[in-house]
Amino acid sequence: MSLHKHKTFSIGGVHPDDNKLSAHTPITPLELPKMVIIPITQHIGAPAKIIVQRGDAVKAGQIIATHEGFVSSNIHSSVSGKVGIIEEVMDSTGFKHTAISIRVKGDEWVENIDRTDTLIEEIVLAPKEIVARIMESGVVGMGGAAFPSHVKLSVPEGKHVNHLIINGVECEPFLTADHRLMVEKPKEIIVGIKVLMKALAVDKAIIGIEDNKADAIEIFENLLVNEPGISVEALEVQYPQGGEKQLIQALLNREVPSGGLPSDVGVIVHNVGTTYAIYQAVQKNKPLIERVVTVTGKSVKQPSNFLVRIGTPVIDVLIGAGGVPEDTGKIVSGGPMMGKAIADLNVPVAKGTSGILLIPKEDSMREEVYNCVHCGKCIEACPMGLEPYRLLLLAKKGNHSRAKEEHIVDCIECGSCSFVCPSNRPILDYIRLGKTQLRKQKKQ
Amino acid sequence: MSTELLTISPSPHIHSELTVPQIMRAVIIAMVPAFLFSIYNFGLGALYVTTFSVIFCVAFEYLIARYLLNKSASIYDGSAVITGILLAFNVPSNLPWYVILIGSAVSIGIGKMSFGGLGNNPFNPALVGRVFLLLSFPVQMTSWPVAKATLSLDAVTSATPLGVLKEGLRAGESVDVLMAKMPSYIDFFFGLQSGSIGEMSAFALLLGLGYMLYKKIITWHIPVSMLITIFVLTGIFWLSDPNKYATPLFHILTGGVMLGAVFMATDYVTSPFTHRGMLIFGFGIGLLTVLIRLFGSYPEGVSFAILIMNAFVPLINRFAKEPRYGAKRAKDKELETVRH
Amino acid sequence: MSSEYCQKSMSTEIIYTVISLTAIGIIAAVVIYFVSKKFAVQEDPRISNVESVLPNTNCGGCGQPGCHAFAVAVVNTGDLSNLHCPVGGNSVMKRVADILGVQAVEKDPYIAVVRCSGSFEYRKKTSVYNGTSSCKIEANLYSGDTGCAYGCLGHGDCVDVCDFDAMYMDEKTGLPVIVEYKCTACNACVKECPKDILELWPKGKKNQRVYVACLNEEKGSTARKECAVACSGCSKCFESCRYDAISMVNNLAHIDPEKCKLCMECVGTCDVHNIITTNVTPEKLQQGDEQRLKHEERARKKREAEKLGAQQSNNEPPQA
Repeated sequence: MSLHKHKTFSIGGVHPDDNKLSAHTPITPLELPKMVIIPITQHIGAPAKIIVQRGDAVKAGQIIATHEGFVSSNIHSSVSGKVGIIEEVMDSTGFKHTAISIRVKGDEWVENIDRTDTLIEEIVLAPKEIVARIMESGVVGMGGAAFPSHVKLSVPEGKHVNHLIINGVECEPFLTADHRLMVEKPKEIIVGIKVLMKALAVDKAIIGIEDNKADAIEIFENLLVNEPGISVEALEVQYPQGGEKQLIQALLNREVPSGGLPSDVGVIVHNVGTTYAIYQAVQKNKPLIERVVTVTGKSVKQPSNFLVRIGTPVIDVLIGAGGVPEDTGKIVSGGPMMGKAIADLNVPVAKGTSGILLIPKEDSMREEVYNCVHCGKCIEACPMGLEPYRLLLLAKKGNHSRAKEEHIVDCIECGSCSFVCPSNRPILDYIRLGKTQLRKQKKQ
Repeated sequence: MSTELLTISPSPHIHSELTVPQIMRAVIIAMVPAFLFSIYNFGLGALYVTTFSVIFCVAFEYLIARYLLNKSASIYDGSAVITGILLAFNVPSNLPWYVILIGSAVSIGIGKMSFGGLGNNPFNPALVGRVFLLLSFPVQMTSWPVAKATLSLDAVTSATPLGVLKEGLRAGESVDVLMAKMPSYIDFFFGLQSGSIGEMSAFALLLGLGYMLYKKIITWHIPVSMLITIFVLTGIFWLSDPNKYATPLFHILTGGVMLGAVFMATDYVTSPFTHRGMLIFGFGIGLLTVLIRLFGSYPEGVSFAILIMNAFVPLINRFAKEPRYGAKRAKDKELETVRH
Repeated sequence: MSSEYCQKSMSTEIIYTVISLTAIGIIAAVVIYFVSKKFAVQEDPRISNVESVLPNTNCGGCGQPGCHAFAVAVVNTGDLSNLHCPVGGNSVMKRVADILGVQAVEKDPYIAVVRCSGSFEYRKKTSVYNGTSSCKIEANLYSGDTGCAYGCLGHGDCVDVCDFDAMYMDEKTGLPVIVEYKCTACNACVKECPKDILELWPKGKKNQRVYVACLNEEKGSTARKECAVACSGCSKCFESCRYDAISMVNNLAHIDPEKCKLCMECVGTCDVHNIITTNVTPEKLQQGDEQRLKHEERARKKREAEKLGAQQSNNEPPQA
């Protein structure tokens, strides 16, 4: 049916240049910073409740803030040292939030964490215990959305899940953190998948990987020869292949209904980095305190993949990659399509920070905006099959009821429309505004 | 590290290569083969008409935007230039300059600026100007100059193949007799016929089409659906009575069909968004062209057909939408959860 | 002879055409007349009377969706205590009350005030904002291109939404300016501002108003780093107010316009002169300063006398 070599999603999509500059750079641990700043809102849901105070001595892996309610996450210290000021600071969201600063001293970890590299294959915990352990360890979605993983694994009554999808797509240009993780820690990831399969009681798992990561695909194909329940599927390079709705449609040809969740069509999707964190949490007793962050950009001296402690200020990460190039105009936390530009280099790396992209001055300013020429490219590009040019007009005029009728809430904010518009119209800016206004209206 | 401030803007932070000025440039380049051929075929008259048309169109856009609408004029995006060239392509190469002036004023002033400038006009501006001129200056607009290979009735003006066909059929002659008077199909294909500046050479126009498809400016949907519709419909009539109706190939290669299919109907602003909408649009144009050519009093119907279909574009956009993610699943959502 | 016949038939043709068209026109007019009478929307005649005295700007300032809806609401309730047209003001409401034959309810006129003084001079930029030039969009993205997360973003969404041409952006300061005699307190700019910098205040006696032009809730030192004239929460103005009109909440002073007596004593206490007054003469301000000093002096003397009295009652030797 499809003319493509590999599977892909059927509606919309665009093809930005890959620019995977750091695809072959192995992960290296970043030198510990002098101070970490750990925000209490690094996840979707209620901010965590702080349980330490200024002056307390903490160890790496020690819990410093507890989850507030079910849809929330525990926060652990990523370093050993002394707790400093607890105050509101600017974080990568662009707004100020409360954060716990810790002065780093040494690198002492909590005793029961297994820091060795030994692969632990046997899964001793029962399904409910697995979910509890994941909750204790503060694991959240590491693809960028930072949704608490234990909530995702707590499938409500009446919904039946029969497939687990592991998202190894990493469709954002420039980012390579997941790629390197798959190349360097495949066995751990496979155990992590088995942990998830046990927790969800499913017997089928598919790892989706874009075919520009041929080495990762090959490694998994070889390792999964004797694993009947788990398979790897190569996917076309198309943005946003890694969007969970698109991924589910590409791999299983099921469409998540509007306003629904993947579990509505019997699927749970987890990012491959989250899967690795789950392996570490369940098999190694290690809470989520560090993650792989790609530092990249056309002008970066050494594009790298660092293993960074949560809370490390961005400036320390950039210095580790050779410093901030003179001609840097914009610094983005995340990828170029959906990442957030940051103005303050003291902003900390959070659980969802997948990469730091440095954009040179000549590429950082937007170009001139023209009238809409009705070319229809935005409609062609939208992976949700919406009409972005129309949503822009409705949001601009404040016609929220009509925008809702035209499914503005289905927008996944992937940025394909703004990317492709020849008139440089700020389509996504207005769609986001429309969604925000609609949410405000709903609350009233 | 630099102490200059960093830039903040909402995502996405990268953009595809294609922008409006680049699109306009590519379209102008695609029109070059037809333009060069017209100079070869009609001499410097084609050059003068095209140049005047472009200058007048750009001037009117600037003046109207600046002095009537008090907006900064975006003449640098190239759209006025394209309207100028297309208007010229649709008129004979011996058109007096004052007629071109009026045509430009109507194309830009009425066809484009009165609706709000680029992107807001429902009708193709060049065609608005052309049809206005055809109705207001019928003599000048139908006095075709002598081309390199012609069916000259006199040394100064000649008739288009379609004109000859229509007149001949009215006079009672059969198609075979008329065809014998005209150049061969190969000649038609390369453009050795008479007509408006841009419409004669199917070959030059196809080069332009190829370039635009390669640069991803347009997709194949409108030209192909329009041409196939015309081919099939005229084919049906020709098969039913070869003495009264010319062959489909004749209809494709003469008149404004190729020009319309490649440049006029594919204008972004006045054509539908979605691929299925484009197919309907192309079909409609083809149908109307054939009806006007075979049963109307005008020998050529492409301009009117395109303008009429332009009026239907909002309706087409409303009803020919592409599939939406989750649309069909929303209906059988109940079934899915039960099935598991 | 044939030409005569032609002419005659032509002129009769014309006559027939004229007569028939006129007849059709007359019949159509009669039909329309009866239909309009029969299907006329029955409406209380008072509604259109009220509507005719309204300013008909359809701004929504009254809370109703348009002037006609306001007229309907007014006629239906009959009570004017909750329905007031800010654009027409008391004069229009009096006429409406007369039409309905009810008691007119007088309301104080209101006006918009800009509670931010963070101009380009006082607030330094910390980033270059390159997104769409709209305050709502910038506020959705991040806390702003200066250090102060509470201040005006300067793109003029408020100016764009004003129906009465009563606002403009001051090019030199980057802040909006209200044109007093044009503002009708319709509330459109207040609703539009994503930072809630614009507020509706009573116009005040003699059109005088006093307000703190800042919304920054950070601690003093942090606030001043972000904007040179931010309210530091020092509370000096709060201490000087004898009418309990100033309250301190979250490091920010707020003057309650209902309680403020326009004595001007607080104005001089602000070290960055960020208590803004409108239509107040310099003489009045000076008077306010002098009064404040007098009261402070009196209070100080009172405190000393009390201290002395307390010492004497404790039988301690008086301090030399």
